[in-house]
Amino acid sequence: MKRSEVLSIIAEQDGLLVANIGFPSRELYALHDRPENFYMLGSMGMASSIGLGLALSQDRRVYAIDGDGSILMNMGSLATIAHNAPGNYCLVIIDNGAYGSTGNQPTYTSEKTNLADIARAAGNRNVKRVGTIDALKEALRTSQDRTAVIVVETEPGNDTVPVIPLDPVIIKERFMKAVQS
Amino acid sequence: MIDARIVDCIESAGIDMVLSLPCNMLDGILQEIDTRGLKRIPVCREEEGVGIAAGAALAGKRPLLLMQNSGLGNSINALLSLTRLYRMPLFVLMSHRGGPGEQIEAQKPMGRAVPGILDTIEIPCRFMKTGGDLDALTSFIGSTFEGDAVQAAMLSRELWNEAQ
Repeated sequence: MKRSEVLSIIAEQDGLLVANIGFPSRELYALHDRPENFYMLGSMGMASSIGLGLALSQDRRVYAIDGDGSILMNMGSLATIAHNAPGNYCLVIIDNGAYGSTGNQPTYTSEKTNLADIARAAGNRNVKRVGTIDALKEALRTSQDRTAVIVVETEPGNDTVPVIPLDPVIIKERFMKAVQS
Repeated sequence: MIDARIVDCIESAGIDMVLSLPCNMLDGILQEIDTRGLKRIPVCREEEGVGIAAGAALAGKRPLLLMQNSGLGNSINALLSLTRLYRMPLFVLMSHRGGPGEQIEAQKPMGRAVPGILDTIEIPCRFMKTGGDLDALTSFIGSTFEGDAVQAAMLSRELWNEAQ
């Protein structure tokens, strides 16, 4: 499974979407741009935290699309999510075992580290690890009403997509309007 | 007394989410926040608090990050490449460790450096050294959210000494 296939499925869900810095945001913008997408242009590691803050502050379902390298950079977030996350939060970790946006250097999840186990050990109850499109769809469908962490195993690699041409303040204002509507 | 006055300022300015890390100097403030039932999310690392605050700001909330000044070093990238980049509002309230009366040697390097760092990254900061300094704190916190700015205040140890 490719990252962009995962992004297409998440973008079809009814909810707000926080997309990780680099190729995840760029691919999502190219595949399915919509006001409900918040594209991170900086601050690697913050996707799961931005998603948590958003889920705690309003009622719509929030999907944060994080990566293995990014979650390794902000691993405490998994504990904060376990203890504070409301039922409208779904953290999707696209685990391709690589720092995809910087040239696919391997991360530790490509060897020994298991992010689903870490998420569970941090106190999260509804953690799933999936490796197929059908399993991802099933995991999304069965966790609609609760806090969820879904680790999606994908292959490394990026689609050929341009950088996002939007001004950061425009991304924010458009997204905030969508949150309020 | 000082703790209650500071939390009065936070509440009066309309803060509705506090992201916090612990500090001996902030213990009374943390307890006061919880006593009043103000929403508080303890975070594992300062930068994480900046991220949660950004998500809250996207939903129109008024977040405040409460931490030691040493935590500024753990949060600068997110403060600039997230909060500042998208022009989101965030108020950062810090205990000023490493100043006069500091017992912990390791607090002193950051204690000395933080005012200059804030200046370099252009975060306006007010230093609260006396009870009188707190008079303007509510309006200063409030102005953060009118201007979608990142602003800060540092709480000096003298504040509590003066109150004793």
